[in-house]
Amino acid sequence: MLKFTQDHEWIRLEADGSATVGITQYAQEQLGDVVFVELPALGKEVTKGGDAAVVESVKAASEVYAPASGKVVAVNDKLTGEPALVNSSPMAEGWFFKLDLKDKGELASLMDEAAYGKFCEGLH
Amino acid sequence: MSAPSPQPLQRTPLYDLHLSLGAKMVPFAGYEMPVNYPSGILAEHMHTRKAAGLFDVSHMGQARLQGKDAPTAFERLVPGDILGLAPWRQRYTQFTNEAGGILDDLMATRLEDGLFVVVNAACKADDFAHMEKGLEGRVRLEPLADRALLALQGPAAAAVLGRFAPACRSQKFMSLARYTLGGADALVTRSGYTGEDGFEISLPADAAAGFARRLLAEPEVKPIGLGARDSLRLEAGLCLYGHDIDTTTTPVEAGLVWSIGKRRRAEGGFPGSAVIRAQLAKGVERKRVGILPDGKAPARDGTAITDAAGRRIGTITSGGFGPSLGGPIAMGYVESAAAAVGTPVQLIVRDVPRPAKVASLPFVPQRYYRG
Repeated sequence: MLKFTQDHEWIRLEADGSATVGITQYAQEQLGDVVFVELPALGKEVTKGGDAAVVESVKAASEVYAPASGKVVAVNDKLTGEPALVNSSPMAEGWFFKLDLKDKGELASLMDEAAYGKFCEGLH
Repeated sequence: MSAPSPQPLQRTPLYDLHLSLGAKMVPFAGYEMPVNYPSGILAEHMHTRKAAGLFDVSHMGQARLQGKDAPTAFERLVPGDILGLAPWRQRYTQFTNEAGGILDDLMATRLEDGLFVVVNAACKADDFAHMEKGLEGRVRLEPLADRALLALQGPAAAAVLGRFAPACRSQKFMSLARYTLGGADALVTRSGYTGEDGFEISLPADAAAGFARRLLAEPEVKPIGLGARDSLRLEAGLCLYGHDIDTTTTPVEAGLVWSIGKRRRAEGGFPGSAVIRAQLAKGVERKRVGILPDGKAPARDGTAITDAAGRRIGTITSGGFGPSLGGPIAMGYVESAAAAVGTPVQLIVRDVPRPAKVASLPFVPQRYYRG
């Protein structure tokens, strides 16, 4: 299952039950060249809609919000040395962190891919 | 971010060209301006350092001051030595207020019959009114609203422009020459705001887009947006008005003493000269410095600077990522006791103190033409 937030994060439920979080193609295009990513500490409890990470372009810093509540069980350390992966591969290699979700039911309120696509079109 | 302007945004004569090049347009100082083109800020920045970048800076204010008294009259508004400028030579200076604060920074060039000045876009209406008032009718102010301004910057700039105006190759740094470019009368200064060799080219509005296209057709030249203009000037240690300098900072605090003429320091006669001369004699409580974070996290404008013990000693006024250095860079004001290069400080980014050091400016060597 792949879901999207209005703040341009994506969250994907993996086979092992964890959920991977990143930012969308639209988000990376808006940001431009990503030069720094600050990831949450392992074990940190995040709440849906709360601050979870920071992504910085040449121009500005932006918050990445947790699409759902849970505990951080993995972070993508590759982004520390290669933040540009967020631009080149936002939906795959450029993932930010993985969560052990508190309540998978929270994902129901998020947009699916078609709904998110329409949401982005409305922003132009 | 500033509140949206109630006025409709203005467009420069290059607006259609920016759109055709795929620029991302943003509001800036009342204009719709390109922040970057499809290659992105990092690539545009590095291209300018390596070859040549073309910038549209037509939003900036251009004006002529006509009359033989222009240099004398203008000196009543700025601390720069304008009388000492030979014809066709250019100087960086500031409009100061009675407290010694900076109303704007600008470039002034001496013409045979007056001065040519270029001021910041966001300040131009105020600057023109300030000049009208300060010049008291002794000199005629002629805003050049019908002229565009292009900047061609980078190590290949002289080779490129030399194909259109061969004499520009040996034109002196901080001087003005007139050439026919794109069939029009161009005022060309060898200057810019990137730390690189380059030119600023003032052209009639109707000739600007055509000549810009001819420059862009040269293999070394790519269009560069305001995003890279900002990172280039930050690496070059140059002040951005409204951030690194404003009415609350003096040229002495800002480290711009080099731009105050020796005669002017002795004689005064410009707004705030009592304050500025006292600061020159006794020193200042705070100074603008370069700041190099130890880690990778950029520290943006407004970030608090503390000493090792956590006591607040200053504020970042410009900060971001320096593409040439591959890491974060910044500048800001600190207490003078902490202004020595190498002084360890802390930057409070997202409530976490992060180690940094006071660094010398510029962050990259200036490569102006010294032929």
